Formats: sequence, structure tokens, C-alpha cells
Amino acid sequence: MAFNRERDHGTPPAIVTGKTVTLTVDGQPVTVPEGTSIMRATSLMGGAIPKLCATDNVESFGSCRLCLVEVEGRNGYPASCTTPVGEGMVVHTQTERLKKLRRGVMELYISDHPLDCLTCAANGDCELQDQAGAVGLRDVRYGYDGATNMGQEKDVSNPYFDFDPSKCIVCSRCVRACDEVQGTFALTIENMGFKSKVSPSQGDSFLDSECVSCGACVQACPTASLIEKKVVEIGTPDRAVVTTCAYCGVGCTFRAEMRGEELVRMVPWKDGKANHGHSCVKGRFAWGYAQHRDRILNPMIRASVEEPWREVSWEVAIAHTASEFQRIQAKYGVRSIGGITSSRCTNEETYLVQKLIRQGFGNNNVDTCARVCHSPTGYGLNTTLGTSAGTQDFDSVTQADVILVIGANPTDAHPVFGSRMKQRLREGARLIVVDPRRIDLVRSAHVKADHHLALRPGTNVVILTALAHVIVTEGLANEAFIRARCDWDEYQHWAEFVSQRERSPEATEALTGVKADEVRAAARLYATGGNAAIYYGLGVTEHSQGSSAVIAIANLAMATGNMGREGVGVNPLRGQNNVQGSCDMGSFPHEFPGYRHVSIDAVRQSFEKAWGVTLDPEPGLRINNMLDAATDGVFKGLFVQGEDILQSDPNTHHVAAGLAAMECVVVQDLFLNETANYAHIFLPGSTFLEKDGTFTNAERRIQLVRQVMTPLNGYADWEVVQLVANAMGLDWSYTHPAEIMDEIAALTPTFAGVSFDKLDEKGSLQWPANDAAPDGTPTMHVDQFVRGKGKFVVTDYVPTDEKTGPRFPLLLTTGRILSQYNVGAQTRRTGNVAWHAEDVLEIHPTDAENRGIADGHWVSLRSRAGETTLRAKVTDRVAPGVVYTTFHHPDTQANVITTDFSDWATNCPEFKVTAVQVALSNGSSEWQQRYAEQARMSRRIETVEAAE
Amino acid sequence: MTRVYISRDMASVALGADDVARAFADAGCDVVRTGSHGLFTIEPLVEVDTPQGRIAFGPVGPGDVAAVLDGSHAGRLGDLAALPFFARQQRFTFARCGVIDPLSLNDYEAHGGWKGLDAARAMPPAAVVEAVKASGLRGRGGAGFPTGIKWQTVLDARDDTKFIVCNADEGDSGTFADRMLMEGDPCCLIEGMAIAGHAVGAGHGYIYIRSEYPFAVETMRAAIERSAARIAPFTLEVRVGAGAYVCGEETALLDSIEGKRGQVRAKPPLPALKGLFGKPTVINNVLSLAAVPFILAAGAEAYAAVGFGRSRGTMPVQLAGNVRNGGLFEVGFGITLGELVNEIGGGTGSGRPVRAVQVGGPLGAYFPPSMFHLPFDYEAFAQAGGLIGHAGITVFDDSVDMAHMARFAMEFCAAESCGKCTPCRIGSTRGVEVIDRIIAARADDSRPAEPALPGRLAATLYSRAPGRIDRSLDGQTELLRDLCDTMKFGSLCALGGFTPYPVLSALDHFPEDFGAPAPIAEAAE
Repeated sequence: MAFNRERDHGTPPAIVTGKTVTLTVDGQPVTVPEGTSIMRATSLMGGAIPKLCATDNVESFGSCRLCLVEVEGRNGYPASCTTPVGEGMVVHTQTERLKKLRRGVMELYISDHPLDCLTCAANGDCELQDQAGAVGLRDVRYGYDGATNMGQEKDVSNPYFDFDPSKCIVCSRCVRACDEVQGTFALTIENMGFKSKVSPSQGDSFLDSECVSCGACVQACPTASLIEKKVVEIGTPDRAVVTTCAYCGVGCTFRAEMRGEELVRMVPWKDGKANHGHSCVKGRFAWGYAQHRDRILNPMIRASVEEPWREVSWEVAIAHTASEFQRIQAKYGVRSIGGITSSRCTNEETYLVQKLIRQGFGNNNVDTCARVCHSPTGYGLNTTLGTSAGTQDFDSVTQADVILVIGANPTDAHPVFGSRMKQRLREGARLIVVDPRRIDLVRSAHVKADHHLALRPGTNVVILTALAHVIVTEGLANEAFIRARCDWDEYQHWAEFVSQRERSPEATEALTGVKADEVRAAARLYATGGNAAIYYGLGVTEHSQGSSAVIAIANLAMATGNMGREGVGVNPLRGQNNVQGSCDMGSFPHEFPGYRHVSIDAVRQSFEKAWGVTLDPEPGLRINNMLDAATDGVFKGLFVQGEDILQSDPNTHHVAAGLAAMECVVVQDLFLNETANYAHIFLPGSTFLEKDGTFTNAERRIQLVRQVMTPLNGYADWEVVQLVANAMGLDWSYTHPAEIMDEIAALTPTFAGVSFDKLDEKGSLQWPANDAAPDGTPTMHVDQFVRGKGKFVVTDYVPTDEKTGPRFPLLLTTGRILSQYNVGAQTRRTGNVAWHAEDVLEIHPTDAENRGIADGHWVSLRSRAGETTLRAKVTDRVAPGVVYTTFHHPDTQANVITTDFSDWATNCPEFKVTAVQVALSNGSSEWQQRYAEQARMSRRIETVEAAE
Repeated sequence: MTRVYISRDMASVALGADDVARAFADAGCDVVRTGSHGLFTIEPLVEVDTPQGRIAFGPVGPGDVAAVLDGSHAGRLGDLAALPFFARQQRFTFARCGVIDPLSLNDYEAHGGWKGLDAARAMPPAAVVEAVKASGLRGRGGAGFPTGIKWQTVLDARDDTKFIVCNADEGDSGTFADRMLMEGDPCCLIEGMAIAGHAVGAGHGYIYIRSEYPFAVETMRAAIERSAARIAPFTLEVRVGAGAYVCGEETALLDSIEGKRGQVRAKPPLPALKGLFGKPTVINNVLSLAAVPFILAAGAEAYAAVGFGRSRGTMPVQLAGNVRNGGLFEVGFGITLGELVNEIGGGTGSGRPVRAVQVGGPLGAYFPPSMFHLPFDYEAFAQAGGLIGHAGITVFDDSVDMAHMARFAMEFCAAESCGKCTPCRIGSTRGVEVIDRIIAARADDSRPAEPALPGRLAATLYSRAPGRIDRSLDGQTELLRDLCDTMKFGSLCALGGFTPYPVLSALDHFPEDFGAPAPIAEAAE
């Protein structure tokens, strides 16, 4: 694949009105949508008017004055970027006058620009250079002894890109990209006139500024003024491959721009349906872990976890894995082993792992990390609507009039979607935030929530029911919708329940800590403000009543008729790149691919027929059940692909005890993660850059992952699973993941229309994609709910057993931060540590003062489950009585604190509510010290002399 | 008790009017502070109320109270209106300025105030717009765009929210008409804006005043407060600039009101359709809006009856610089430049011959006396390579160095450029440098070009070799003309686009100051 820059039409598409305009450009007729700029119209017909300040992901600006054109019958030389087309307009883009004007402008540009093209990092990839050539500039008559902006100091503070003001042409593309695309407003132009200069947060360095390193400015820069350090280091790319990001559930697509097998940069793909050419610091820049020296490239085994690792060949490792599993099953029974699929791996790999377990292990002991995040979403939405997924695509937010965000922090955890949401909010959509913490959306540049319901952690169900109370009792429910689309009797039963006086905002004010009139105002806004969309995250699901809260959300949307069209719906913001996919692919112990229960004979028989074995009709064990069974001595072997359960699952002590009780733990990962401290076999994993496959994002969008480099470890993960399967006596012969998808499509009705060829052709498909919906399904439940009638379910509030008291008076809730990702295995091995080198504990000034704690103090954080230490950050982002931390760093091990309470329906852990005490401390806890030593010992690798 | 009238205008105060007023008050007089009549050689001016009318004295010092009151003061001017400077004027807009107490609604009403608003409100909005169109009123800020057509666009725009914005960021050196009106007859502007609000369906207006006009800000705010009930439901507020000249450009002004960096917007969209906060907006100069009450009160025909060609009505001309009779002179279009400078202005203040006048502020063209036959008219000035602008006329005597004046134009542009568009941002700075080279070269045109680098290196460095720059007068003059062409036709707004006017007019009319031969006398016509 050759390297071509993506075509830039200069200005964004016009707002669709349906009308078109025909004009003549340079003698050729062209018909374009009304409102299109002359520049874009010319580009669409294949022409190219010189330009510098125009780029098609930001509004036109009209500052560079290179794109001037002549329009017959008009005075002067209008800028083609800011001038819309008109019917019958006759435009000339190249005349003697225009040539002279453009050369005059370019001569001015170059009079204040270094002439070091040959040694410039952007040489050959510089729009200024291209345009100087395009306008025929041959001389700069002003000389170089006049005033200049050259020779200014470079800002190299950002870990990923440099800012060289000497090369800046003040086109403001970076400033506008930061404003319009990212919505952070971190950049400005300081000074005026000739001294105008791009400035982050008015004079800070990029690193110290409000900049979130999304890379939009770097992408927008037409020169080398803002340029990736990797381009400076390596040179310009020579080919590009479109692939899908492996971080969060937004599923941004990128052009991996390569030189040979070396990745030069990841540039967000303009045609990406999820990201439309935008990115965040993780996907754009934080891929250095793929080449990190910590990566394990050779398989390793050991007899016990006390021993150091011994490197072995793939043949030995695979044979050992198979024989260990077979030995354990022979000794302890068929159900004594199981596996964990990875939400970080592809659909095809996940499918193969569950197939290995069902077909090869002969049981249903398969689970996935969705257990600890969105399993309540699957349960709740399946119960009420009939599918275990969100109802909309991301573009739907552009039609929303009211946005309700509950238990999600999109600007940190789903930043690219967060930016889309902020664009819509800046256009005037109203915002309700339900979160114990003052997340950025509550108040940031040009965005302000109309209502922030800062509830006490653990009271989601109460507040959602109170919102429903207001909607029903004030007559704001959409009766026509409910009668047409839902079960009326169930609705009436539910309406009666929510109308009870004890569900009212007034009655529950003391419990939630939210003023009743705020709740009422928010409910009225949601019910009457036009298209209302709910976006939620793990702040909803990771509770003892996570499933109830998801159901309560679906109830609200159905009761107000906010379902089945653009701009509305129920939208879980899924955490991982392929957590939707891993659930779709049958990673749960009770479900085959496509969410079909293992006890359904017809379904099971279809798989039995395809796989040629008899399958277990009994659901298998969930992760926590496997760990419990292990401590009980009946579960002995586990295959964990791409998940660090020790760090990410709750109650670390309990997980550790379970793992320690097993005889064979196989970990397949990029790094020796925390779980590997308890492993006996380590199989090196491959990165998303090293394999083909598909990921499915939060909007059910299946997108291709394309291999851009050879796996450093020798095999893509799906190949390793196939090796294990065949070593266990199965007869798999996949030669490419496309064949695995063909098998998925053949066995899964919602995927029936999916193939790699179709994905290649369409770019992406949102399931269900089958004969009924050949192009996929952007919005679900349009004419009727998948289950038929929408089901209202009563959600009674049952307080969690995790309660504050004299010993543990504070409530801990946990979350993520923009620059780090989950357990941090990847992001901690990138330059992102510049922003978040350690987890800190956010504590309200009142609580801090009562304990003598100041900003930066070491504090101990203690719950009935365990204790850890970390530094305090005193801030009023959290309410009094609430403390908050992240779980990105194994040194902190925040999950030592969290308890083993979990969701009543799905066992999703109650990460978001833990009663704790905080006190001043002078160093790491005993557990931290012991664990650090154990981890060090456990990660030893025996050095073999003169290894062949 | 004797009533006296003394101006509170900033120019009068600068000349000592406050001290004079205090002296009269101490002497037991009833002192009424008015605006200025607009002739600064007679300020501080004191008018004494008598049964025969007001008797003027000026200039008056604080020690002259007794002499003025007994009529013996040497500066006795009698009836002001009879003075030639005033007798030749046609005061449509400034009729009340200098006469009334600017903050007295009674005075305002007694002198014909609110008649225009009452007339307008008795008409449907479209009829008001028609009247403004029929008057031939054109934008007094400089562009000369027909005000009625602009209003029609806003009237036709379908939106619940529309705004009236008054551009009172009077930044041109040598101009002061906006300030005088706001200090001397603020209600006239308020009435004009209220009429505009009725005409286009706008409920709220902003007056954007430069921070250098503290008296105007204070007067306008007080007048808005007092007249609030009279103009209701229309409402008004004052916004104060922060010192940037470019904020006088209408779109930069809108950005500034919105709280943003004052930077020029590309047009389209026109402010009339997407202006302040993206809403349809009438943005007019003070003088345009202040002309409207007369048009509605006296009728469009009365206004249109005065003027020349397509320039209808009156223009408050401001005479400044090296001129004997500096001040404000409102007159119908068509008077010649020579009449204004020599007859009204009385020639230079220094008594030396007039060499050049700059019309239209720092971005206006320089004219030599050979062009004094030009009638004051938008089209005539445009044809002659100049512009009327805000009708400021700055006079220079024969000691002026026109190359330095050209340099000043570029320097002014460089200082005030917002930095958005390239021709203005870089071009103005390069312009200063090029003119500096011309000034250096004209002093010593025999100086050889700087020694070139040795042949091979020069050839290799090519465009960077210092020797390649043609520093000769001819080379630099050609470069200056090319630069002016780029700025004039390439700039985003009038700041960069009009800076070439003073530069090129200086170069064309006064080539001898740029080291070239003087124009042959016959060719002057």
C-alpha cells in the first residue's frame, strides 16, 4: 500500500438541505450541495485551489489569502474557502492577477520562515513547501535581515510532539482544531500582528497547559511547527494501513503510517465512522508499549510460582499447556479447568478461546472481563429491550437536545466521544450529569451542565426512580409511545410503584444528598426537552444494584418515548476496545455467541453439528465462582488471555488466594502482568498492530484490525489458541481470521451478513447485520423492540451491605483518568506517565482538614478488605464524605481495598462503593511491601547460558 | 441669576472649560454644561443667556468672569450662528450639540427630540426601512454602504433575536465627531438606535465605545439610564473596548463584544444575517444612527434634498492637524476639498503653505493642493484613488516628509494588525522595512549595492544571498508597489486593505520625497 495523504477538501461539508447548486469552475460545470464553499466544490471536481489555513475538519477561516479566486460579476478577489457557491456562478481559480497575488502572499510567508527544508522533519510532508511550489514562488525580495519570528525556543515538553514557533505560519489551524474538534480550548494566539504566536494556555509549555494531547493540533499543522517526535526521529512514512485502535470502546480508526515495519505515527482516519478523524492521547500517541523492552517474546514455564521462569520453545510450551490441562481434567474432572477471554483481543480470538473451552475443555467455564464492567448492561438491556447492547450509534448525539450522563466520565474515559458530545453541547444541547464527582463535563470551557446531581455513591437506583416519580406523577410520560411499544399492564404496575410517595425526590433527598427541586428540574428537562439521550458507564453497573440501575435507565427512556430514533436512546459507554465483541462472541458461561443460552437445545445442536462434539448444556462458572472453587480445591487450571484479573478484579487478596490454589495457570499477555505472578505457563501475546481481525465498539460497530507488522513473538494470538487446541486433540485449520469470522457468521444470526470482504467494502458494519439488515443497524428498536413489547421492570432500592460506620466513615469510589488506561499495562509503558505517574486519592478539603491531611501527603486508605497507601489530592471535585482514586498502578493496588460485594444479577463487582477510612501515613503498607517483593521474585527469568 | 452655557466636551475640558465653569458657578451663575459647538479655537466658550438670545464669548479663562458678565470681554463673539464657520453649516445631526444639556430629557424634547422615534413607531417596520432607503443615507463609518439596504437584510432575516450594534470605536486619528455627539447629544444616538430596533425587529442594542473616551462612556451610560422608559421595550447597553484599533472593524467589534479576541471575521456570512452571537445584526456607525431621527422627523426627502450625486444628506467633517480652524463642520456633500481646507479651515495653523491633506483617517489617501477641486463625494474620492472614510481631514504644511508619512501608514498598520491575515500581518512590517530602505537610499542613491558574496557561494545560496536583494531605489519602489497590491487586494479587512492608500498616494503625488523626480506641473490635473 503506497503512502498517500488523505484528500483535504479544505472546508467541511455543507449542512444538508437537500438542495444543490450548479456553477462553473474554470470552464467546467459542477453541481454541489447548497452552502458548499467554492474551495470544496473545486476540490470535489478534482481541482485544487492553493490554500494554507483551510482544512476540512474545521470551519473556514479566511486568513491565509492564498485561495483567492475571481468570480465573474463580483468585485475583488473573494477567498474561495469562505465564499459559498451560488447558482450560475462563474469562477476562475487561476488568472494572471491571482497568480501575482498568491505569489505576493507566499513571498511574505517565506520572508519569515526558515529555509531549512532539506533538514526539516516535515520535508516532503509540508503544505507550505507544496504551496510555495504550487504558486511558483522563485524569489523573496524582502531579504532576511528584517524583523523575524525565527530563532524562538522550541517547546519540547510534550512527550509526543514538539512545538517550534519559528516554523509557525499563524494559520490558527491548531487553535481551531483544539476549539472545534477537541473542545478543550487550550490554545490561543497571543500578541497581535507580526508578533502573533500560538500559545498553550496563554504562555505555558504544552505539558503544563490545559492541552490534553489529543493530537488534533499536530494533525492540523501544515508545517513542521507542531510535529510528532517520532517523525523527527524516524522520518516521514512511506505507507499507511487503516486499522482500529485497541484502547477504549469508542473504536477509533487510524491510519498506521509506516516506514518499513516501523510505525511512524497513528493518524486518525477521517472516514472512521466512530471518530471522524479525531483521536485522544492514548490511541494517537500511546502505542510505544508495543516495542517496550518489558515485552515478553519467548514462551516460559515453571513448576511452581516460587521458581524463576525458564524460557522454552513454542513447541514445548504448547505441549506442556495441553498436557497440564489434560492431566488436571483426568485427575479433578472435566469441569476443573476454564478460561478467560480477553476484551482486548479480536472477535476471532475471543471466539476461538470460548470454542477451545466448550469444544476442547468440554465445559462452559468461560468468562470475560465484562463480568467486572458491563455485565449488568447485558442483563438489564436484554431484559427490558431484548438486546445486550446500546441502542444508538455515536453520531446519534448530534441530534440530541438533552443529554443525561450518569456514572460516566466521557472526557477522560471515552475522550473522542466526549469531544463529539461537547460539540453538541456547544451547539446548545442541555446537559444533566448524575455523578458523585464534579467531572469535567459539569463545567469546562464553553460547556456547563444545567443540573449536576451529585449523589451519594450507591444511590443510583434511588435517584433514577425519583426521576421516574416526577415524570409519572407530573404527567410527563409519553403515553402514546408506551401504549404502542410497551406492555401497558407492566407499565401501569411500574408507574404505580414509582409514584409511591417514598420514591419522590423529597422523600429520598436525605438518602441521595441531592436537593429535591434539582431532581425535579432534571426530570422535567429530560422528559420535555426534545430528543433526550442517556449515556452511562461503570458508575451505573459496578454496584450491588448495577443491573437494577440499567433497568431503571431503560424504564426512563421507554416512559418518555426516547427510543428508536436518532438523538435518543440508552447508550452504555463501553470500556474496552472489544468488550462488546467479547460478549457478543459467547464469552459468558451461560451463553453461546449471539447471547443464546447454552441450555437451548436448538442453539446448542447447531454448534454441536458444526464442531462435531457434544456440548455441556449446563452453564459454567463465572470468574469469581472459579476463584471460589479454586480455594475450595475443585478448580485447578485456568487459561487467561489478555486480562490481568489480579489487578482489575475486586478484593485482590481473594483473587490471589484463588490463583495460588490452582495447579496450572496459563497467562497469555504482552507483559508479565500481576496475574502472571501466579502463573505456571506464560505464552507471549501479540499487539493489535501484529494481527488481523475485528473489534466491535460500543455502538455495535464491527471494524477491521489490520496487521501492519510481523508479530515480535512469532504468532498472532489466534494462532497460539489454535496451537493449544490442536495440541489438545482438536482439528482446527484456520489460515486467516477471515475464516473464523465466516464460521461466526454461519453460526450467529445477528452476524450472518458479516465478512471481512464486506467490512473491507463498507468500512464497518453495526450488528445486527444479516439479510434483514444488509448494511447493519445504526439505531435499534426503530419500529418495535427486539423482544417485542418493551418491558417495564420495577426497581426496588436495596441498599448495599457495604455501609459506612465509625471505623470506615468515608465512601471510596474509583474511576479512570484520560492519560492512563485501566490497569495501565500499556499506558504505564509509554510517555503518558508524564501526566499520571501514580494513583492519587481525591479527598474533600473538609475531610482532609479533619485528618490533618494536606495536598501531596502520604495517606493510608483502609477498608475491611485491605489497606494501601498513596498520595492525597485535596479537591472539592468530590463531595464531603466521598473519596476517589484510580486503579492504573499496581504499586497502589486500589483493588486491595474494594470488597467482594457484587451485582445481584451478574456478580459484577461493586467497585464504586467501598467504606473506607483515610489517615496520614509515612510509607507503603505492609501488603504493598510484601507484594512488591513477591512480584520481584516472581518475575525472575532464569538466564540460560549461550542460548541457541 | 445669570444663566451661562459652558461645554463639558472632552476637548473643551482639555482647554480648561472645567475651571471656567467653576469660576462662573463661584460667581453665582447658573452654569449649564452643554456639548461643544465644535470650533476649538474659541474654546473654552461661554454663552450668556440674555433676552436677545445667547451671547458667546471665547476663548474665556477662569479670570474672565466679570468681563464676560459685563459684556466687556475682548472675546465677545455675539450670536454664534452668525459666525461664518457656523453660518455655512447644515446641521441635521449636530443641531442640538452645544445647545442643550446632554443629560436633560426636557432639553432634548424641547429641541425636537423623540419626534423621529414617535414617527417611526407610528409606522410599520418596513416603512421605516423604506424611509431610510429613500433618504439615501450611507454608512458614515467609511464604507458608504446604503444603510437602508442593510436594515432591509436584517428585517428580512427570520430570527426571534436580533441586535442593533453601534460602532463607536472611533479610532481614526483626527476624527472626533462620534465622541462629540455622544458627549453633546447622546439621546440622538439612543433615539436612532431605538428607531433601528423598531425597523428591523431587534429588542436590544450595544454601543461599543473605545476606552479612550471615558466622558462618552459616562455620558452614554447616564443618558441610557434616563431614557430607558422612553425607548422601552428597546434596551441598550454600553460596552467598552480595550484599546485595539482593529476592533473598529465591524466583525472584530462583534467578536470583542462576545468576549473573544478582537479578530476580523471572514464575510460571508454578513453580520446582517449572522452577526452578534450569530444573530442578525444591524451594525452602524454613530453618525449613521444619529442621522436617522432627523430623517424620520423631517422626512426622507428633507435629508435627501441635500447632497451631491449618490452622496445624499450631510456629513460632519472633522478638520484637524495643522489647520487654523480645527473643528467639526457639518455640511451637505459636494463642497470641495479646497473650500473645506482653505475657506473653512483657514489654511494651516503654522501659516505655511498647505502641502498635503489626508482624508479619511490614517488609512486615507494624501491629496496635494492640485486636487483641491475634488467635491466631497464618495464616488469622486474613490475615483481619485482616495476615500472619504469617517470624514476626518488632517492638514500638513510644506515641512512634511511624505516618505515618512508613508512609513507611518505601514507602521500604524503593523501596530494595529490583528494578525489574522497574512498580507496585513507580515506585509505591514515588511512595508516599514522597504520604506526605510527607500529613505536610506534616497539620501545616498549613489551608494553601491551591498557587496555580493563570492560568486560560487552566492550562486549556491541563491535566494538567501544578501547580494540578490535589489536595494536600489527602483527595486525597492517596485517592491513597495507590489506589496501594496498584495495588501490592497489580498487583505481580509480594510486595515490591511486600505493601508496602501496613504502609501501609494504619497508615492504617486509626492515622488520627489521617495528619491524620484517630481511630477511635471502640467501633468497635475
